[in-house]
Formats: sequence, C-alpha cells, structure tokens
Amino acid sequence: MVRIQSVRKRYGSLEVLKGVSLDVPEGGVVCVVGPSGSGKSTLLRCVNRLETIDSGRIWVDGRLIGFREHGDRLHLLRPDELCEQRQKIGMVFQRFHLFPHMTALQNVMEGPRTVLRASRAAAARQAGELLERVGLADRAHHYPAQLSGGQQQRVAIARSLAMNPKVMLFDEPTSALDPELVQEVLAVMRDLAASGMTMIVVTHEMGFAREAGDHLVFIDDGVIVEEGPPREVLSRPRHERTRAFLGQVL
Amino acid sequence: MTELPVNAVAPRRPGRMVAGAAAGLVLIWLAYTITVNENLHWDVVVEYLFDGRVLGGLGVTIALTLLSMVLGVALGVLAAVMQLSDSPVLRGAAGLYTWFFRGTPLLVQLIFWFNIGLVFPVIGVGIPFGGPMFVEWQANTLVTPFVAAALGLTINEGAYMAEIVRAGIRSVDPGQREAAEALGMSHRQILRRVVLPQAMRVIIPPTGNQFVSMLKTTSMVSVIAGAELLTVAQRIYLGNFEVIALLIVASMWYLVLTSVASVGQHFLEKRFARGERS
Repeated sequence: MVRIQSVRKRYGSLEVLKGVSLDVPEGGVVCVVGPSGSGKSTLLRCVNRLETIDSGRIWVDGRLIGFREHGDRLHLLRPDELCEQRQKIGMVFQRFHLFPHMTALQNVMEGPRTVLRASRAAAARQAGELLERVGLADRAHHYPAQLSGGQQQRVAIARSLAMNPKVMLFDEPTSALDPELVQEVLAVMRDLAASGMTMIVVTHEMGFAREAGDHLVFIDDGVIVEEGPPREVLSRPRHERTRAFLGQVL
Repeated sequence: MTELPVNAVAPRRPGRMVAGAAAGLVLIWLAYTITVNENLHWDVVVEYLFDGRVLGGLGVTIALTLLSMVLGVALGVLAAVMQLSDSPVLRGAAGLYTWFFRGTPLLVQLIFWFNIGLVFPVIGVGIPFGGPMFVEWQANTLVTPFVAAALGLTINEGAYMAEIVRAGIRSVDPGQREAAEALGMSHRQILRRVVLPQAMRVIIPPTGNQFVSMLKTTSMVSVIAGAELLTVAQRIYLGNFEVIALLIVASMWYLVLTSVASVGQHFLEKRFARGERS
C-alpha cells in the first residue's frame, strides 16, 4: 500500500533522512520509533507531501507521490493533483490541529463538504457515525476548546477518516496528551488497526507498538537502524543504539 | 459547621478622594462655562443641526466612508495575499504599494488625485505603451471631488488594511494550514474556509478602529471641496460667520457616527470570537 524507496531529505546542510526504505502492505500497521530529531516525523510528512523529498520515490496505492513520470524525467504535480493525492492519505497530528471555529461535527464534515462536495445531509450523517465510532456522539456540537485533549484527538481521527483514506499517518498522536487521556486515543487506534486500516504510526507508546503493530521500525540519525516484528525488536534488540534507546523509554 | 461571614471594612483612600473631587470640580466648571458662555451660540447650533445642507454633507460622509472602507478592505486582502505569495514579483508589487501609500501623507495623496488631470489629461481604455484607445474621457470631467476623494481614501486605506490582514493571516497557527492540506483542500479553499475565518478575530478589532477613524478622516476631503460634512459646515460659516456653532454641529454628527460604529464593532467582535474558550 505504501512503498518508500531510498528517500533522502535535507534542510540546508542538515540531512534528516539518509536513504530510508520501507514497505507497508495493505492493512499493515507499522510503528516508527526513535529519539527526537531522528527524522521519523519528517518521513511521515514526506508520505503526504507536506515535505518535499530530495531523492528517492514514494508510492501510495500504486501512485507515485508528488511527481509524474514522463519518459525518463520526473515532473512535479500541479497543486490540484497534489490535493487529489492527499485526499486518500489521512493524517493525525501531535497537536490535533482541529479547526477552532467549527464544532466537532463541522470539523468532521469539512473535508467531505469542501473537497468532495458532499451534500450537507450526507456529510452530517457520516460525521455523526464517525463521532459515534470514536465515542464522541454526545460532543458533536462542542467546539474544540470545550473538549479535552483526548477528545480533540479522537475528533481529529474522525475528521481524517471522513475522507475514506487508504492509509492513515499518525504523527506522535498521544505525545501532547495528559497521561490519563492517552489510553482513550490508543483504544480508537487499536480498533482502527483491527478493522484493517493501513497505518504508519510514529509513537513513543511501546505498549501500543507491541500489541497493535505488525512491524516496528527504529530510526536514528536519518537511517533505519533496526526493524522487525515488534515483540522481537522490543525484547531482543540486536543493535546497540536500539538497546540504548529502548533502555531509556521502557 | 459554623459560618464565618466576611464583613470587612474597606481601607480609607484619601488620595483617590482628593483626585475624584478635583475631577468633579473641573467637570462642573466645564458644564457651567459651556452653558453661560454666550459666544457659543447654542441657538445657531440647534438651527443648523438638521439643516438640509448639513444632512446632505452627512450623507456624503457616510457614503465616502462605506465606499472607501469596503473597497479598501478588498484591496487590503488582495495586497495581503500577494505579500504572502511565493512569487517575488507579486510580493514586491504589494510591498511597493503599502510602502508608498503608508509613507506619504493622505492630504498630499488627496490633492494629487484631485489634480490627476495635470499628469494624465485624458483617461481611457485602450492598448498600453502607445496603442490605440477605445474609450476616453477628459480627466477634469471624470475626476470630480467625490471621485478623487473616494480614490484617495480607498487606496490609502487599502495599504493600511493590507498590513492588518497580513498580521491576521500570519497569526493563524501553521498547523491549521497543514491539517487542511492533509484533507486535500486547495490553497483557495484553505484561505476561505480555515485561515480567513480565524484571522478575522485578529483583523476585526483594528478594522473597526480603521472604520471609526475613516469617519473622521473623510473631513480631510474638505481641502478638495468634497461636499462632505466639514466642507458643508465651512461653506455655511463662510457665509454667516458662525464658525464655532457650525464646528459644533459637525462635531456632534461625527460623535453620533463614531458612537454608532463603536457599538457595531462590539457586536462584530463578539460574533467572530466563536469557538474561543470563554
């Protein structure tokens, strides 16, 4: 479903991704862990092209992200083509980024209404169902400022799901939450993983990675240091850097 | 449990009492002088307050303000979006515009627009750089004082609004734009649905101030005889020498206008505070 091949990305003289390759099969749940500044968030942001890449290729659902191949040359996609590619890639942010001037229901309706031109009734019905699915049916008419962090993040997940994405990207979805609110968000993500959604999750929640993840990737200093089945990597890390990192977070 | 009511005695504040008494005395003295001073001619004020010419001038002042504000805000949004664009040419053009019109006095700009005929005697639509003209007018007939006033106020206002709108747009968290991009929204949709509604909270209060200020700024148009409130008052006192009485008439109307505008501003601000934790 997602294929990342030798991706490199630099900011000025700082190279944050130094040739990263990763395959996520349909329905796969890949957890990406690593110290801050290791490039894991940047990798995620390259997948829906919030960041441009300097070399490498990324495909989502068989489509090359950000470019069109024309003969032996790549052409940058037009803005409207990028928008179309992004519709199928959901993203959940560390700091939620709900639209503060809209209620929870309006937040979830916004994508279908504005991008897909869905009717108000259809969008409202779908948004109601999604809020129910994340356990917030009774908060539909609350503004984000009236919701707890955990509730806001669940609305943000519902907002992404409203576009019927092929893959969901989670960028440290629980890092900005108070400890007692983490589990309610992880529960929604577990349900989503169980329902067969393809997910790439940048996280510090090793428990989630162990139980819900199919594959664990440890990134440090812009390269994949170690990867494999989560239980294996977490209990028997082979690489010294992985051991050092896990020793700090576990 | 026993109740422990707080029924404390306030401390004496002699300084505040003295200052209050002094301010009260000044107010009483002011009211006294205004009523007994015969040079103020209150009967003339009453006579001219609802004079047809004065009301006509009032109408022109309101029309000029509304027109210049609406067009000025539109121009300001355009210039602000240009300044935040990726194109250096658009950024440069918008920057040059705000730099020039904020950097020269409005009074000079108004006199310039009124005398535009000295630079371009003929104004028309055609092919630039010396090509043929399709329609043309004499500048002196096209640019009446009202047109010159509206033009000058609009273009000057647009330059100030550009800075206000730009500050508003930049106040919106970049994460909002990213979240909207991740949904697949286009630049235009993001601006209209996500960024501008949030920028409004920052844009509305200074825009309200600009509006109130514009009501009074229109009086500058009197230098090119714009037929607004102050010009009309001046014309009347040049005939009957009731300078102060007519200035009072004009001031009373300006106060009415600015007070009404302030109330409107209050309600607008409340409307756009939606979603904020109260």
